[in-house]
Amino acid sequence: MNNIEMQIPMLGVVTDIRRDTPDIKTFRVNTITGEGKCFEHKPGQCAMLSIPGVGEAMFSITSSPTETRFQEFSIKKCGCLTDWLHQMEVGQQVTIRGPYGNGFPVDTVLKGENLLFIAGGVGLAPLHSVINYVLDNRADYGRVDIVYGARSADDLLDLKEIQERWMHEENVNVHLTIDRPQEGWDGKVAFVPAFVEELGFDPDCKVLVCGPPIMIKFVLQSLTKLGFEKTQIFTTMELRMKCGIGKCGRCNIGDKYVCKDGPVFRFDKLNELPNEY
Amino acid sequence: MLKLSLNRVGDLFAKIAEAQALYLPVEKAGQVDYDKWTADAKVSMDHLNTAKSAKDLFFPQVERMVDFKMEGKNIEIKPHALSDEKFVLFGVRACDMKSMEVLDKVFLAEPVDSFYAARRMNGTVVTMACSEPEESCFCNVFGVDAAEPAGDVVTWKVDGELYWKALTEKGEALTEQIKALMEDGDEAKVEESKAAVREIMGKLPLANLNLAPFQPEKLNEMFNSPKWAKLSEACLGCGTCTFVCPTCQCYDIRDYDTGHGIQRFRCWDSCMYSDFTMMAHGTNRPDQMQRFRQRFMHKLIYFPSNNDGMYSCVGCGRCVSKCPISMNIAKVIKALGEDKDE
Amino acid sequence: MQRVAEMMLERAKALLADGTVNRVVGWEMGEFFYDLTPAVFTADGLDKFVYNGFSGANLSKYMIKECAKDGKALVFLKPCDTYSFNQLINEHRVDREKVYIIGVECRGMIDIRKIRDMGIKGVTAIREEGEELIIDTIYGEKKCARKDALLEKCLCCKGQEFVVYDELLTTGEAFTVGGNNRFAKVAELEAMTPGERFAFWRNELSKCIRCNACRNVCPACSCLQCVFDNPKSGIASKANADDFEENMFHIIRAFHVAGRCTDCGECSRVCPQGIPLHLLNRKFIKDVNEFYGEFQAGADNTTKYPLTNFTKEDVEPSIVTNRGGEN
Repeated sequence: MNNIEMQIPMLGVVTDIRRDTPDIKTFRVNTITGEGKCFEHKPGQCAMLSIPGVGEAMFSITSSPTETRFQEFSIKKCGCLTDWLHQMEVGQQVTIRGPYGNGFPVDTVLKGENLLFIAGGVGLAPLHSVINYVLDNRADYGRVDIVYGARSADDLLDLKEIQERWMHEENVNVHLTIDRPQEGWDGKVAFVPAFVEELGFDPDCKVLVCGPPIMIKFVLQSLTKLGFEKTQIFTTMELRMKCGIGKCGRCNIGDKYVCKDGPVFRFDKLNELPNEY
Repeated sequence: MLKLSLNRVGDLFAKIAEAQALYLPVEKAGQVDYDKWTADAKVSMDHLNTAKSAKDLFFPQVERMVDFKMEGKNIEIKPHALSDEKFVLFGVRACDMKSMEVLDKVFLAEPVDSFYAARRMNGTVVTMACSEPEESCFCNVFGVDAAEPAGDVVTWKVDGELYWKALTEKGEALTEQIKALMEDGDEAKVEESKAAVREIMGKLPLANLNLAPFQPEKLNEMFNSPKWAKLSEACLGCGTCTFVCPTCQCYDIRDYDTGHGIQRFRCWDSCMYSDFTMMAHGTNRPDQMQRFRQRFMHKLIYFPSNNDGMYSCVGCGRCVSKCPISMNIAKVIKALGEDKDE
Repeated sequence: MQRVAEMMLERAKALLADGTVNRVVGWEMGEFFYDLTPAVFTADGLDKFVYNGFSGANLSKYMIKECAKDGKALVFLKPCDTYSFNQLINEHRVDREKVYIIGVECRGMIDIRKIRDMGIKGVTAIREEGEELIIDTIYGEKKCARKDALLEKCLCCKGQEFVVYDELLTTGEAFTVGGNNRFAKVAELEAMTPGERFAFWRNELSKCIRCNACRNVCPACSCLQCVFDNPKSGIASKANADDFEENMFHIIRAFHVAGRCTDCGECSRVCPQGIPLHLLNRKFIKDVNEFYGEFQAGADNTTKYPLTNFTKEDVEPSIVTNRGGEN
């Protein structure tokens, strides 16, 4: 593999666009023929999507590697490129390159383990890929708990899939919460960290966390209270990236390059890095 | 070892340029930079450091990567061809040669950067030993011998003669091309000149900079030093140090709309710039202090930590002479290396 | 100069001691004799304070940042620096109340690069003897005329007048600095054919590496976010994509500071590629003088800027066509 393949994108075509929340849409990308995936990936890996002339940015691949027909990206509208993506239509070609990053260690340290997923807002996107991978290889993993929170019920990502699939899987518990009370919502109202504490998980599992930095910070405190070690907890980082292969220098934190050495870090390793992420 | 009278270097350059492009230090509007040799180029044989380093030849400031054509919902991708220009780079000093080792660690590590690799493969580097180091030189601190640079061919200027020695196969091939112009040279004279230069190097003001405190295990201690605030206080946040630095290799990837299509190119970038890490929702280095710290931490701690202790500074002294506010790596090494009790 | 430096240090200590100011903005000693760095001092750091022939940096722009902090700061300004400060007052970029200004005598600042360009290598010390510089180098002693080593801005010195200050420190001795006509080179460029002039500027501007040192040091470039850094502007760029951008970056910048540039010369002083950027600014100044009458930006706080003020005496727009001539 060389840089020509890694930094020069290939073409993909958007074959489906779903509105998940008021500011998140999920885009399905196929190869230029309209079928198949542009490349294989591992859960938690990312890809660079671009509209030439508008911008190029790194996004988590939301779909599981076990999905053989396509790749999906859940993207929040928050800048130049994402604004553009949100207004495009099915049939639009995009450029895509990847996969980048290490991904979650689903076939090594996470294998055979009980898993606790904790996500906030669009932070479900990278975990979505892992959850579906785990569910598609159900025998390889133990108990699965999913705690997912968003600002409001409207901001919950993939609600249909959560309700129609995840909630019906064996030995899988889904715990949803929203930040503020809302008409028509009879579920939990609490911030994610408090909810985690209230649910009182046993530290007999590995934890995968993703969400806004402030949520991650407090979730970590909650987990520590519950007796979890930092070595049990994994998260995925988001920094500005350009090359995707640890050369352009943008995502350098300490002696790590998030695009290459991450984006998935075990918390104790993350803590060894200088505090500027 | 071969030699040639300095009066005849014009013939040497012409001979080299017959077979491939020749880049060497050329004076233009009062400034010396690497440029393509032509018969009327003002070649500077005495200039120590070019304003821009030799990295430009392998990692140019702007490099086109791929072109796109947009039509309705369709996109056409046209990758840009890799550079296939065979060239000789003449007059590279020991420090700049060392910087290529640093750049190789980045660009030739897997996955190999094809743009850089192509230029490295097509280039033959002829280095030149220093004879009159500047007071701002400190390459010896990084284990560089100004009197004996690496390269494909190494040359020395002694008593009106240019001494020439091939070090690699590429160098041998180039020597074959120009051999007819050369005669046998006496190694003893070169040895004498080397000794003189080494003596000067040892006496220079920055010769004894102490790198010992800059060890990977000191990462967090150095990072959290209160001294960064003072060191970065006057920093203008410009990219001068980065752009003249032979080892700085961060780059940006950008699109340029020509009106007929999109050209995607990469260009030098600087961690000193406020937008370097800016994303749609903010930046993780909002202050100039953090950006300033990143540059020096990278050179002195992060890079060595990933590359068997090799520092990402070669002591060329360009930042010492070019920084608009005269803040530079030598001052940083001294300030951070001091005992904390001081 | 030595005497002025001693007086400065004394006053800095006194003003810190009596609480008039809580910090001092000046120049800090470097590794060599010539690499002074602008710095903010408190009482215990003043041993590194220095004012000598290498205090060329104009400290005015730093006062924008300093004015955002608590308390009053002392700043030392050379005569030409006071024009920049005054202009920043006019543009509401600094708070006059938060700055205590001591105007300091200046006999012209030395450009280490000019000394290097003379082929003098390995400089270790410089002594001033009358109008001569005695330069110690690793390779022996060299000499040059002080005038030949002065910064370009000093060769066209604005004079010894301070346009804004709280107090002055001067020796009272008579001396002259510079004396060159600052428009001589501009006139020479104007006399060229368009082709020659284009060749001159291509030769210079093709050296540009877009490091932004000129912009970042410029007291007139005080926008919070420069249009060239704003990704939404459509012209944000880090490198010159082509010759056109190489030329236009500097020309656009010169337009942007036209009528506000005090000709402080910092752009040329800091350019790592030795591009005479001040010539672009001086061309604008010369034109402004010819079209709207003599004007010096920053000279006072009352004169309206010619380019943002309309009078019936203003030059007619047709001047553009007239001056453009056949070309």
